[in-house]
Amino acid sequence: MTEFTRRKIVQAGAGLAATGPLFWVRDASAQWANTPEKGAKLRVLRWSRFVQGDIDAYMVNVRKFTEKTGIEVRVDNEGWEDVRPKAAVAANTGAGPDIILSTNDDANLYPDKLVDVTDLAEYLGKKYGGWYPACEAYLKPDGKKWIGLALGAAGSYMVYRQSMMKAAGFDSFPKNTTDFLAMMKALHAKGTPGGMALGNATGDGLWCNWLMWSHGGMLVDKNNKVVIDSPETIKALEYGRELYGTFIPGTLSWLDPNNNKAFLDSQISVTNNGISIYYASKNSQDEKVKALKEDIYHAPFPVGPAGVPTESHLFFNQMIFKYTKYPKAAKEFLRFMMEAEQFDAWLQGAGGYIAQPLRYFENSPIWTVDPKHTPYRDAVKNMRPAGYAGKLGYASAGAGADFIVVNMVAEAVSGSKTPKEATERAQKRAERYYKV
Amino acid sequence: MLRDLQNSRNALGLLFMLPAAVLLLLFLTYPLGLGIWLGFTDTKIGRGGEWIGLENYAFLWSDSVTRLALFNTLFYTFVASVLKFVLGLWLAILLNEKLPFKTFFRTVILLPYIVPTALSAIAFWWIYDSQFSIISWVLQRMGVIDHYIDFLGEPWNARLSTIAANVWRGVPFVAITLLAGLQTISPSLYEAAAIDGATEWQKFRRITLPLLTPIIAVVMTFSVLFTFTDFQLIYVLTRGGPLNATHLMATLSFQRAISGGALGEGAAIAIAMVPFLLAAILFSYFGLQRRAWQQGGSDS
Repeated sequence: MTEFTRRKIVQAGAGLAATGPLFWVRDASAQWANTPEKGAKLRVLRWSRFVQGDIDAYMVNVRKFTEKTGIEVRVDNEGWEDVRPKAAVAANTGAGPDIILSTNDDANLYPDKLVDVTDLAEYLGKKYGGWYPACEAYLKPDGKKWIGLALGAAGSYMVYRQSMMKAAGFDSFPKNTTDFLAMMKALHAKGTPGGMALGNATGDGLWCNWLMWSHGGMLVDKNNKVVIDSPETIKALEYGRELYGTFIPGTLSWLDPNNNKAFLDSQISVTNNGISIYYASKNSQDEKVKALKEDIYHAPFPVGPAGVPTESHLFFNQMIFKYTKYPKAAKEFLRFMMEAEQFDAWLQGAGGYIAQPLRYFENSPIWTVDPKHTPYRDAVKNMRPAGYAGKLGYASAGAGADFIVVNMVAEAVSGSKTPKEATERAQKRAERYYKV
Repeated sequence: MLRDLQNSRNALGLLFMLPAAVLLLLFLTYPLGLGIWLGFTDTKIGRGGEWIGLENYAFLWSDSVTRLALFNTLFYTFVASVLKFVLGLWLAILLNEKLPFKTFFRTVILLPYIVPTALSAIAFWWIYDSQFSIISWVLQRMGVIDHYIDFLGEPWNARLSTIAANVWRGVPFVAITLLAGLQTISPSLYEAAAIDGATEWQKFRRITLPLLTPIIAVVMTFSVLFTFTDFQLIYVLTRGGPLNATHLMATLSFQRAISGGALGEGAAIAIAMVPFLLAAILFSYFGLQRRAWQQGGSDS
């Protein structure tokens, strides 16, 4: 557990100063009053850990909560893709866990089944420097009422081998899409290509959103009108086609684990991934794989013609269901877990895999203890919701699950369709979800 | 009254049938009925739906991904079933011969069928990996190829690779069942044919095949049903990719209904499989009817 003080933050400041964040401090005037129901017991369903340290630290916090309040908490784990249907069934049937930690736009599927947590969100926001805009996009759909609390995001960033990048003539990782393409071409020419998943990969396929957004394309506009068939998307696909030409063969079949395997086997020099590749290298029993950790670096996705970061990450939320008999205890649990004493310990336990939703935690030592963690710090800060720029709900969830954007990119870059044909097909498929 | 009940064949019959009827109604009729109903609604996971008639089916008919999934399913089922039949029959005939270690071979042949599909699918996932494929590695070392084969990244390669994995898994079922059928054929028939000077092909064509037809009909019906509704293999190997080239009706139904939350649409895809499955069952039914012909009667 780490208690932040201004002094400690300044002591840790050198690394932070290099990346230039503000030093967020707690607002002591934030007030919270809540008395949990007597005899309350809570059941929490959450996604299974991506790294062991996550669940270990989470459970330490859960036990602390029980010791402090006497409220028993049972925590069940499911694979993250299985939580969505279970949460939806719980919402529909009015029975199930009191609290569910789920992903992306789930809360927008049944907003009227969720406990209003505006008071808690405002308290935490005031105390910890405010929520990032993506949190509001996901969980404050009407701009007034919070239907859940953001927990953070598993960042998907560029993971690269520094030695290979330098051998290709680049001293630092490119910050814009033009230089990025030049670097990928150079890496390919050197026989150390990169590669990103183009199969139906639920997590690592998110780079396709970046590709589209970075060139100004988007699935829908603010009014949920499907606008993916646009000159901007076509430009993105033309760029993608050049990029694909630099990839290692076989990425059309890649699912989530493929790039990890290829990277750790030194077959690729660049990919997009969570911090797990670095984590796996650090903790490997294989000396060859362990040695890679010195050469593995991370960087944000390059900024494209859109001029701003356009990242796509796996977002995590926390929802309290209206059927719970103990809404106050549930709120108290979420508050406790989000307070700095607990939340920062959890962030550290997760080893950089999860990025915070509240600005204050930009100060967390996890982002500076190892400079290689730092890029992952800004995952929530720079992310766009998957259904950008429209409203989130069944349409955005359905379109995402049907891999419309990933398929469009795969079709166009592989040459099985022209960029125009691919965008037209994606437009038709998306219109079905957004019901023209 | 209890005595009346005990003496009534009808009442007892009903009573004994009741557990089976309840099970059938609860676990077969109700889910099927619910699935049919859902297919006519716009139900989402977590939200009740409204009756929308044939809208789901009309959309699916116009949806290029669904049409591709239908084509994939028919192609996958047809090619895999034919291969499983030919290889299964061949294996069964081999195992019916007097071989050394016959029992050992008969046991070993079942292994692919015993291994859980999800596990064997993971093994194939490695075998077909674009970077780590053992097949590509061996062929490259032998100088047959100069770069790794993209088994799952090219649409037709992916279709054929998934079919090969399905055949590997499904052959033992066909082989062992046909072997059981072969063992019911009396050796005296073959002896009589040999005395009449029949060739091996004639023995196979005139004795083995007709007498095996009923069991072939049953085995192939099950084989077609299992193949048509395959899910695990595709889900582990490709999740329907690349470019939806290996999406089957079952995987697409899951993707739309569970991952995408569109229960109504997913149910409609699942229900659209029923006519094809019924056709397979009818094929079996008429195949079995041919038993009369085999026993010297006529088909009618």
